[in-house]
Amino acid sequence: MSHDHDHDHDHEPPAPQALRTEAIESLLLEKGLIKPTAVDEVIARYSERVGPMNGAKIVARAWRDPEFKARLLADGTKGIEEFDLEGGQVEKLVVLENTPDQHNVVVCTLCSCYPWAVLGLPPKWYKDPAYRSRIVREPRTLLAEMGTDLPESVSIRVWDSSAEVRYMVLPMPPLEVAEKISVMTESELTALISRDSMIGVELL
Amino acid sequence: MDGIHDLGGKHGFGSVQREQDEPVFHARWEAKMFAIMRASGPAGAWYSADRFRHLVERIDPVSYLDDGYYGRWLGGVETGLIEAGLLDQIEIQQRYLELGGKPFVRIAARPVDHPDLMGDLPAAPGSQRTAAAPLFKKGDAVMTSTDVKPGHTRLPAYARGKVGRVVQCHAGWVFPDTNAHGKGEQAQNLYTVEFSGQTLWGDSSETMSLCLDLFEPYLSEASFCEPASSKTHPKKNEASSI
Repeated sequence: MSHDHDHDHDHEPPAPQALRTEAIESLLLEKGLIKPTAVDEVIARYSERVGPMNGAKIVARAWRDPEFKARLLADGTKGIEEFDLEGGQVEKLVVLENTPDQHNVVVCTLCSCYPWAVLGLPPKWYKDPAYRSRIVREPRTLLAEMGTDLPESVSIRVWDSSAEVRYMVLPMPPLEVAEKISVMTESELTALISRDSMIGVELL
Repeated sequence: MDGIHDLGGKHGFGSVQREQDEPVFHARWEAKMFAIMRASGPAGAWYSADRFRHLVERIDPVSYLDDGYYGRWLGGVETGLIEAGLLDQIEIQQRYLELGGKPFVRIAARPVDHPDLMGDLPAAPGSQRTAAAPLFKKGDAVMTSTDVKPGHTRLPAYARGKVGRVVQCHAGWVFPDTNAHGKGEQAQNLYTVEFSGQTLWGDSSETMSLCLDLFEPYLSEASFCEPASSKTHPKKNEASSI
């Protein structure tokens, strides 16, 4: 039997959850219900191919191409067909445009629904109780705590992903960039676009 | 169900802790749990995300808050594998002890002796299905149900008995409340409904609005909808719960 326990913390014993997961994995391997390569496939997929770099490409194109942006906002699912994406969780995608008057922010209070194909797997804070409990009740206060202090003149709309529709925010480009977008390359633009801005907890 | 998972609006969880340069998985066991979860559904432990979500909702509530996202999945996966008869909890515990696990730790899984029917394989890929003609249209005022059943639902507690306005109709989707329990897909119309902060949180609410995606059986016709800026309480109609 393999003993590839977690040794992330060299001087600590493995967490009970790690050992219990290993116990279940070894039993499923013996019964042929999981492939030995499944774990490495998951790591490769969600570290290398599926992540917020995909969402950043979509945002960069929307900034550069007004016709694409219009298509994306009208129908997010169709809009992202132009990109070769894998990763699931986007049977129906709705893209929410942040403007100087309207700020959108996304959460899932009941579990941790998230548009994997465009943003990858969610960060830990998105899945933790603090964000899930507070963003629906005091978004202005929480966003300010997280570094996004919005004036009262900006409306805030919170999107709680309670069904299979998935939401992604189209952030505004940074002010200093807005005028030179047409002369910037896609990679120059994607480097500016953070995951958190596409969840709606950060301004660029 | 009034479960621990239904966190929207709860007080007391403190500040949001963001990590710099956060890895996709914090430890290899998290990636293992991800792979196990992806393999267990097709292996016959569950056939839908609805059922898996409900498995996670039913885990030990202390574990739900304390064990992190993949710890919650561990509880749901273990429950599902046992309830489907694919693994036995005694063999899991024995293997865990053989691997050096401590005997008396909290176990997240909560398998029951007589679980729900497994249900059928999905009728088609994804969750979009044909449903009856929608009862509501964009702009309609709707009242959410106050009827709380013990099973799976996607109407959060903080939005029960509230009046909002339909901002989008998404046609027919698999109904999680039945599908999670092996009672069929029973496609229902899905609507995005917008609520004002005052409606949800009272007069002292921040200026905000909130959108939820709600299935038709959660909704009934409301006589009027307060404007988002109004400080008056909506007149509650005789909402029938379906």
